[in-house]
Amino acid sequence: MAKKQVLVACGAGIATSTIVNNAIEEMAKEHQLDLDIKQIKIAEVNSYAETADLLVTTATIQKDYDFPVITARSFLTGIGVEDTKKQILDALLK
Amino acid sequence: MNDFYFEEANVLLNLEAENDKDVLVRMGRNLQKLGLVRKSFIDAIVAREEEFSTGLPTSSVSVAIPHTDIEHVKQKSISIGVLKNEVAFGVMGDPEETTPVKVVFMLAMDETHSQLYLLQRLMSIFQHNTMLTTIAQEQDKAKIVRLVKSELEEINEGGEVTWQKNKY
Repeated sequence: MAKKQVLVACGAGIATSTIVNNAIEEMAKEHQLDLDIKQIKIAEVNSYAETADLLVTTATIQKDYDFPVITARSFLTGIGVEDTKKQILDALLK
Repeated sequence: MNDFYFEEANVLLNLEAENDKDVLVRMGRNLQKLGLVRKSFIDAIVAREEEFSTGLPTSSVSVAIPHTDIEHVKQKSISIGVLKNEVAFGVMGDPEETTPVKVVFMLAMDETHSQLYLLQRLMSIFQHNTMLTTIAQEQDKAKIVRLVKSELEEINEGGEVTWQKNKY
């Protein structure tokens, strides 16, 4: 399976994306997925539009992309974490 | 925790504010007065909140985690504001919705990627019902500082290793 590129984005690219980034790294380890994870600001998503396989974000996305977008507020609040993880895995294993 | 600053002066209790912007300005001014952030921090954090709201409904009281870019920060710190009356903040990632926020954790971060453990411990407070409720109700700033510090200070791998050993 080709290495998938996962964008992790928040408004500032410093706080909430750090949490989400770590959660996805742990998932990748657990499921032995070889991922190319990019922690970025939401404003930078466009520059990865050609290469990304998935966007996981805590911010709002107004635009449509060719790759799936998953909202990951649950990694911050703990509510619904398992559902979000499942969504991410499903998107990556497709 | 190196140069991380969090003392009683960072805690504002019974904070009265008209709206989310008012909360941010009051808390930001306090951080500026303490010399922890630059003057530009206040406008920056207000603008960031307008664009990317940070309200988080938790399983107990709603919180908000306003923050902005590192160049506005002089020293890494957080500020906790407990609101007298809940104030509506936009929900993170869901700007059409608001949530009545009771406790605001304003983050003043001075590095981009190296604060994972700090943030993780902070999030663990949100996921810890009783701790959040205690902070929301406590009238003694010293107790809040002790409680939050003890939680944040577990930011070494030692704690996690011990926990894993116990598991087996």
